[in-house]
Amino acid sequence: MPYEFVDDGVTSDVTFHAWAEGLEQLFVAAADATLNVMVRALDSVRAVETRTASLEADALDLLLRRFLDELIYRKDVEELLLRATRVAVDAAHPRLDAVLAGERIDPERHELLADVKAVTFHDLRVERTATGWDAHVTLDV
Amino acid sequence: MAIVDNVQKISDTVWELPASYKEGMRVPARIIATEKLVREMDEAVYQQISNVATLPGIARYALCMPDGHSGYGFPIGGVAAMDVHEGGVISPGGIGFDINCGMRLITTNLTLEDVQPHLKEIVDRLFQRVPAGVGTHGFLKLSHNEFRELVEQGARWCVERDLGWQEDLEFTEENGCISGADSSKISERAVERGYNQVGTLGSGNHYLEVQVARPEDVRDKDLAEKFGITVPNQIVVMFHCGSRGFGHQVATDYLQKFLKVMEPKYGIKILDRELACAPFDSPEGRDYFAAMKCGLNMSFANRQVILHRIREVFSEVFGRRAEELGMRTVYDVSHNTAKLERHVVDGREKTLLVHRKGSTRAFGPAHDELPARYRDTGQPVIIGGSMETGSYLLAGVPSGAAAFYSTAHGSGRTMSRTKARKLFPGRDLERRLLAHGIYVRATSYAGLAEEAGGAYKDIDAVVEATARAGLSRPVARFTPIGNVKG
Repeated sequence: MPYEFVDDGVTSDVTFHAWAEGLEQLFVAAADATLNVMVRALDSVRAVETRTASLEADALDLLLRRFLDELIYRKDVEELLLRATRVAVDAAHPRLDAVLAGERIDPERHELLADVKAVTFHDLRVERTATGWDAHVTLDV
Repeated sequence: MAIVDNVQKISDTVWELPASYKEGMRVPARIIATEKLVREMDEAVYQQISNVATLPGIARYALCMPDGHSGYGFPIGGVAAMDVHEGGVISPGGIGFDINCGMRLITTNLTLEDVQPHLKEIVDRLFQRVPAGVGTHGFLKLSHNEFRELVEQGARWCVERDLGWQEDLEFTEENGCISGADSSKISERAVERGYNQVGTLGSGNHYLEVQVARPEDVRDKDLAEKFGITVPNQIVVMFHCGSRGFGHQVATDYLQKFLKVMEPKYGIKILDRELACAPFDSPEGRDYFAAMKCGLNMSFANRQVILHRIREVFSEVFGRRAEELGMRTVYDVSHNTAKLERHVVDGREKTLLVHRKGSTRAFGPAHDELPARYRDTGQPVIIGGSMETGSYLLAGVPSGAAAFYSTAHGSGRTMSRTKARKLFPGRDLERRLLAHGIYVRATSYAGLAEEAGGAYKDIDAVVEATARAGLSRPVARFTPIGNVKG
């Protein structure tokens, strides 16, 4: 589970730190962290339906924010809980193509936590480290 | 927790960071709280409120209310009034993603004795009729076009369709419909996120509670009577929710727009991207103001439909019409908003855009925007506490002018959600609440744990601080007996 929730982040909301060797895995981990704010057990979400997303942004951190925003949007519009199964990120011209898989919310099987309202820009970071990539994201819940 | 260096104690309830505290501050930042509450605030509050003091056009002070805690951009509890004729800006981060998150309070003529035998049935039915939790949809089926009408007309749209009473509008801020909402300024994406969420509670700290006003908790009998709290152990219903996915998307859309134009077009530099803003008097600023007003109206409508469902449930359970049960709106007021208001600054009356993020407007008596019934009392202010502790009805006071007539909005978190979940297992909490006579229905027990009373400041201390600081006066305290948690 290459992410952790940061206790000394923003009190009212949820801050997480995600890390991975590659950008693709970083985006997958950040998507899982976002889903994990809403659902207690990620493995309770089965890959029943798939969606694709092609997104671009002015910077890499903004691309990550936009990507997570897409998951929130699908949750509200289609009641879908989604994980990223494949993400191809072009860091030079920030854009990505992603395959998302998941299923409709089922309160019988999904232990739901708090709804994520938005992905904030507060202290939003995607950074290169000695061993790979780090992301720092605050979600409004 | 320490009070940071450079904080000057102005009085027992006013703590100031001078404009010299940080480069770029245009005005001092002031935290309004007792020493005990200031000491409990996390240090990020100081950083965030001083960042707010750097925004163009800010008048007098950047303020933080007694329930303040760190947020994104603005602290929760932040108040910033911008002089719109002096380059003042509008900032979505000063309102929050949940535009017009707010409170509504309903009276009944029932007492604890009347309700206790039916409590479980009432709460169970409310839980079914007011959908709560992650990504839920409401029972009101609207087309995209109908939703666009609704966000321009607010609660009035609902009352015209028999989803409420005419007098509900009178006792809703802005009569439930703020003028100038323009649905051509909202994205289709925002409509898609919101059109089927009208009448839903949401999750997190959103809730719907059945509460009792115990005689010993009525702090001002005269004001309480004027607000409709007239009999011992009277039952009231209070709820807290906002504009749902629609408002969140409106804020997201405009934050992105503002980040693109802010520096290149308007030369505004900010210290946190969540403070993204545009001059109020600019095409982008005006567009956001008109779109944000759609969020305000969506939320007034949302709370109106929820009230309608509450009336239906009580009617069914007691076999009497809601009118016969005295189910009147005391007031509906926002605590995430930005509004144009007239305030006196340095002896001159000015038009200010007052941002309140986690702060409730609290007009004193005689204010011309108050309905006739509240001209003598001051505006009712509804403060939601945690589900374990209790909530308050307050009234605005004349001395509130010093804080642009703003006061607290709730008890304010002191603990992260993940920590609360570890400390207060949801099932234990449910049992403890039941032992205290509070019947809860929640969509999840882990979500319930995140809202445990221990994760919040002491609501009594917050309310006391607002009274001592001259922001508002306590009228009555309510104890929860039934709770639907989002």
